[in-house]
Amino acid sequence: MKFSFSSEQEEFRSNLRRLLAARSPIHEVRRLMETDIGYDPDGWRSMNTELGLTAVRIPEAYGGQGFGFGEQCIVLEEMGRALLCGPFFATAVLAAGAILNAGTETEKQALLPGIATGETIAAFAWVEDNGRWDAEGTALTATAAIGGTVLNGHKTYVVDGHTADLIVVLARATQGLSLFTIEGDAAGLSRRSLKSMDLTRKFARLEFNGVAATPLGTAGGAAAPFARTMIEASVCLANEMVGGADRLREDALAYAMMRMQFGKPIASFQSMKHKQADMLLEVELAKSAAYYAAASLDGGDDDAAANAHLAKACASETYMQTAIHAVQIHGGIGFTWDNDTHLWFKRAKSSEVLLGDASYHRELMMQNWAS
Amino acid sequence: MTEIDEGSVRAEVHAWLEANWNPDYGLVEWRKKLAECGWGVPHWPSRWYGRDLPVGLVPAVEEEFKRVGAIGVAKVGIRTLAASTILAHGTDLQKEKFLLRILTGEDIWCQLFSEPGSGSDVAAAVTRAEFRGNQWVVNGQKVWTTSAHKAHWGLLLARTDWDQKKHQGLSYFVLDMKQPGVTVQPLRQMNGYASFNQVFLTDAKVEPEFLVSEVGNGWAVTTTTLMHERRGADGLRSWAIPSDKPGRAYDEEREEIRTTMEPYKWYPQRAGRVDLIMERARTTGKVNDPVIRQEIAKVLIMSKAAEWTARRARTAQEQGRPQGPEGSLGKLASSHIARAAARVHTSLLGPDALLTGDDTPMNGLLAEILVSVPATSIAGGTDEIQRNIISERVLKMPRERTGDTDKPFKDVPRNSVA
Repeated sequence: MKFSFSSEQEEFRSNLRRLLAARSPIHEVRRLMETDIGYDPDGWRSMNTELGLTAVRIPEAYGGQGFGFGEQCIVLEEMGRALLCGPFFATAVLAAGAILNAGTETEKQALLPGIATGETIAAFAWVEDNGRWDAEGTALTATAAIGGTVLNGHKTYVVDGHTADLIVVLARATQGLSLFTIEGDAAGLSRRSLKSMDLTRKFARLEFNGVAATPLGTAGGAAAPFARTMIEASVCLANEMVGGADRLREDALAYAMMRMQFGKPIASFQSMKHKQADMLLEVELAKSAAYYAAASLDGGDDDAAANAHLAKACASETYMQTAIHAVQIHGGIGFTWDNDTHLWFKRAKSSEVLLGDASYHRELMMQNWAS
Repeated sequence: MTEIDEGSVRAEVHAWLEANWNPDYGLVEWRKKLAECGWGVPHWPSRWYGRDLPVGLVPAVEEEFKRVGAIGVAKVGIRTLAASTILAHGTDLQKEKFLLRILTGEDIWCQLFSEPGSGSDVAAAVTRAEFRGNQWVVNGQKVWTTSAHKAHWGLLLARTDWDQKKHQGLSYFVLDMKQPGVTVQPLRQMNGYASFNQVFLTDAKVEPEFLVSEVGNGWAVTTTTLMHERRGADGLRSWAIPSDKPGRAYDEEREEIRTTMEPYKWYPQRAGRVDLIMERARTTGKVNDPVIRQEIAKVLIMSKAAEWTARRARTAQEQGRPQGPEGSLGKLASSHIARAAARVHTSLLGPDALLTGDDTPMNGLLAEILVSVPATSIAGGTDEIQRNIISERVLKMPRERTGDTDKPFKDVPRNSVA
């Protein structure tokens, strides 16, 4: 498989980069991260009206643009670079992914067009207090009741769960693992914003007390679509991460070039030069892995799952290591709140853990290759 | 000149090979025919055994050779670098004397650049060439010379003017290796092989017509050789695959490949043999050890990511796009991979890592990895030099101030040669 971006894709990327630099400058990121909802509804709406970003990977039949992971991952990489505050990952990757993988034709017709226009903010709730990223930890129950199904239990670490209009929920029904959708303001649902270490990515805890839910897909048949959604989300997150890592690397380089000590720029010290060379190597390797994993999903490769785990493991190590180097290169100023480095550092830490850390994904990769 | 299209080139080579190729030729005899018609090195000037074809069409010509199983000109070893350098800087006399015998494979070449006192810093060479009477007289010591014991000719970098600054005092020569002033000793490596040599030059003679380019221009010529070495590094490392077909030409080529490749036998091991890891992990049952699994995964991730990075660079190049930074990182990545792979192979060997040779699995091949990997981060430019190149050329960070280019070389502090 040959792989590189087409000139159309490169043009899409550079337009997007310009737009995000204009719409999401760092002072805007700082303003939004201190708000409760964590994003700017007007800005989010206009960005989606003009560019249809949430629609990129949704098929045209459901009001989307019908592109693949290659294109969606460009969007994610650029958002990660800009540290955009917005419910993109929760809506367009996690929730839309679960609906696309599990939903029936009718359900997709009903749920996806709203996501494609950017009108619907959606979230996916699957993790519980046990902290497991896979489906094994699912204890929340779905039971038959008069007029439908009700959910009881809790979900936590739900990305953008406090603001979502639509929430996809993984539950244990009598038939087995099943998916449901509920509205954000459903009766019996109580939502609490969690204190996020990374202020640019908000998490919520949800309590379910007899929440009436609509089935998504086949009752008892959620295991495979859920697993597929996790694979895809890992690739998407890895691409978002390499965007952030590359930005950190560039900013640290720019700082080293202008910071003077002992009468010369610190960039002239070999300790700095070698560190920057190592950072470039790591970031470029992680980018290749993320790009390749996206191409494998689009190409339907047999190794797509293994490559997804590989990309997420690689991105987890690299983004965090790059962030550590970036703070170090900045020295004292890098440890201050006013310096921007910590914003990406925290996104790196949050992304390292979200969907499972590097060891977790290395193990899953090995299960694909070693058996 | 008219536009040349690939189709007609292919047709022309094919027709020529159909009419001329015969495996019963002697290797040298056949290659002389190739040199005559120009299909052996079609991108070379037509005056010198080529056809002035654009380099981009060479792969098509090579494919046509492969299709009929025809043997090409001699390509492996330092002789290719010698040819490129002589083509770029040599006199007509030098071209006449050397190029044909390079193509036929009759002459073996070696490269006399590195010295005990100058490894990464090749331009600090202190081997001395003095013009005495009517010839150059050379004294000094060279090292890491592959095939020196078999070579007929050496590409020699020597200092001719000590009052000049470092890079300006160097000259480039072709040295006759078969003369009394040249002594070759094998250099035993930490893995037991002796793939390289030390070459002692004691009043070795060079005829004035074997000076390449002008006196004092040696560094520019050396740069040409090194550039071709870097560009062809993959080709040199890749194994020439001998044909198993019958015929005199094939027999002679098999023998040529065998002897030329002899010094490179351990090269796959120095890269860490990532390809053997999973198989070994299963055989030993250690694939089920969660700690080792993590370490294996780390190697596989690095190795895959490096492979995909190289592919990204290649694709960009093929599409005629400017290559991004991904093109300069392969060498440094391969060091990391080799080191991590050696660590995993150590875990997989267990106590067998205490032993060597046929007392260890796979007849010593795995044990060989452990003591060969250190070469990867040194040969062809150390990791430290690679990081300098990446930071200075790719990231445009300031060049380091050196203390040896602003004064006559004789005043520069340098290593004392033992």
